[in-house]
Amino acid sequence: MLTDDFDPLQGRMLSILDKDGNVDKGLEPKLEEERLLHAYRTMVLTRVADDKAVRLQRQGRLGAYPPSRGQEASQIGPALALEKGDWVVWAFREMGALLLRGVPLWRLYLYWMGNEEGSILEGEVKATPSAVPVGSQIPHASGISYAIKYRKEAKAVLCYFGDGATSEGDFHEGLNFAGTMRTPVVFLCQNNQYAISLPRKLQTASPTLAQKACAYGFKGILVDGNDVLALYAAAKEAVDRARRGEGPTLIESFTYRIGDHTTSDDATRYRLAEETAYWTARDPIDRFRTYLVRKGIWDGSKDKAWLEEASRLVEEEVRKAEGHAPPKVDDAFLHTYAQMPEDLKEQLEFMRGDLPSRKEG
Amino acid sequence: MSMAVMNMVQSINLALREEMDRDPSVVCLGEDVGVDGGVFRVTEGLLERFGKERMIDTPLAESAIVGTAIGMAMGGLRPVAEIQFMGFIYPAYQQLVSHAARMRNRTRGKISLPIVIRTPYGAGVKALEHHSESTEAVFCHIPGLKVVAPSTPLEAKGLLTSSIRDPDPVLFLEPTRSYRSLKEEVPEGEYLIPLGKARKVREGKDVTIVGWGAMMPVIQKAVDSLEKEGVSPDVLDMRTLSPMDHASIIESVKRTGRCVVVHEAPRNCGLGAEISARIMERALLSLQAPVERVTAPDITVPLPKGEHYYYISPERVVNGVKRAMSF
Repeated sequence: MLTDDFDPLQGRMLSILDKDGNVDKGLEPKLEEERLLHAYRTMVLTRVADDKAVRLQRQGRLGAYPPSRGQEASQIGPALALEKGDWVVWAFREMGALLLRGVPLWRLYLYWMGNEEGSILEGEVKATPSAVPVGSQIPHASGISYAIKYRKEAKAVLCYFGDGATSEGDFHEGLNFAGTMRTPVVFLCQNNQYAISLPRKLQTASPTLAQKACAYGFKGILVDGNDVLALYAAAKEAVDRARRGEGPTLIESFTYRIGDHTTSDDATRYRLAEETAYWTARDPIDRFRTYLVRKGIWDGSKDKAWLEEASRLVEEEVRKAEGHAPPKVDDAFLHTYAQMPEDLKEQLEFMRGDLPSRKEG
Repeated sequence: MSMAVMNMVQSINLALREEMDRDPSVVCLGEDVGVDGGVFRVTEGLLERFGKERMIDTPLAESAIVGTAIGMAMGGLRPVAEIQFMGFIYPAYQQLVSHAARMRNRTRGKISLPIVIRTPYGAGVKALEHHSESTEAVFCHIPGLKVVAPSTPLEAKGLLTSSIRDPDPVLFLEPTRSYRSLKEEVPEGEYLIPLGKARKVREGKDVTIVGWGAMMPVIQKAVDSLEKEGVSPDVLDMRTLSPMDHASIIESVKRTGRCVVVHEAPRNCGLGAEISARIMERALLSLQAPVERVTAPDITVPLPKGEHYYYISPERVVNGVKRAMSF
């Protein structure tokens, strides 16, 4: 068990692929070539899509946006361990995980462009909509996993949140519930070192976040968050444990947000350039590419071709999102209740006549 | 259909039992709901009948109770969560407002949350601090959340059954003071009362009295003494506080020309203010007096020794009606 070999209380961190792409043969997970390439392609696609979202925001074509740069392995490695029908419960900086599991990019763009239609996230996994109030999605994951256990399904839930969320009451309440009920859930903390400006060491006096699992009576493991193989291996073990009915696991993915918290943030106010440079040199995509090339299943020309293809795909998805019809006034009212109350019908009727006229809607 | 005389604790228990019998996706969760049968014994006997997977004794954590209920509903269950007292619901407020109330809207109807959150509410039982809250207005303000407050054992059965079958989240406020003080015949088997419709308790022509929950027996006492003085009130039990059946209030006020709203919650931004505004918008020219609000003052619920300064007595309702009648 990796969770036994890498005890967070001993300060040990699971690492399989070092920053230069050297692999620890003893720990290397057995992944088919196609899945390795799928993971790599999605990491690149995520980076391209993410950079595009930031540019769209700068151009006024997309709202405030939380960039993923640097956290591609942290998002995609764990999601690689899921199967069809499993659940992804996420916060807001997990684009890569959703793309890997087949959620269309244009939906995600649509959400950040400010349309509720962008929260319909249908892919090969079940996904909750984003959860902006920090940590508030964690009890949902515990509840979904309770329902899975109650219905005796062989499914698992992967729940993402950040280092800041570990200070929230819902982190404690959600993990405590899941631990007590031994539900099939994997808690994935993307420790990207900052909650907006607050550094990780001021978030908690715990030496690691992974060790918090001990207090809830289940396993925790600290993993190199820029090492996609290590994240997959830890998550696979945790998902398998969940499916066996042996309860939750907490994985701390030790990573770094290269970009700003959101496009409204300026990380230079609270971070040193040297620190960002240190982490940029530990890029999760670069080391994984080196690994794949050394394995003989990838090369420079394939890489160039995929980058072009990813850029083309991204442009297509942007067009799809921007071409999506804006909501009509009825859409704003329609889904407040399953059946619209009389009073709300009257308000809708009133609003139809009382709104200043616009081109659409 | 067989009938039995029972109190509200028993009728809620019956509604839960029948819905759990009928639908295996209905589960109950909360503090002490299983082994202990709830601190008011509302869920007594259900653990033995349905087992601990369906009668979930949760850790003591209100946000998790509502938050995990949201997850359970997303996972295909119909959870009925209990918050032990309304005064303890506030840690769960974020889950109710930021998630339960808006999940349907956020996902354009793809994810709906059929959740009921039951909680005893209200003063008048000389309870401990934080056990006498009546803060329904802070929940009625939230779009997407339904708020229901039954007034009698029969009403509780019909409204709870409808709430459990409702596709949207319902906050179900059980009047602590009426749990065991009222008894009436309640049918076994299917009995539903639609949400969103008020109940006409008494037909009258002089003044409309609007109330709900634990205020209904208080209003009844006031009505008994008003009748002796020749006043004929039209009495409405609102049953559902959000979305509220304003049409029934307007219909009544247009006939009586006077309205007295009775609530045990504080006055400022209480539901009486909303009801009053609606009457002004829709029945201004029918009014012969300003809408009278008989409410608690804007103070913290006093501890038991001073509770009578806060709690609504039948006399205060009579006074309110007289003010409206003599304007």
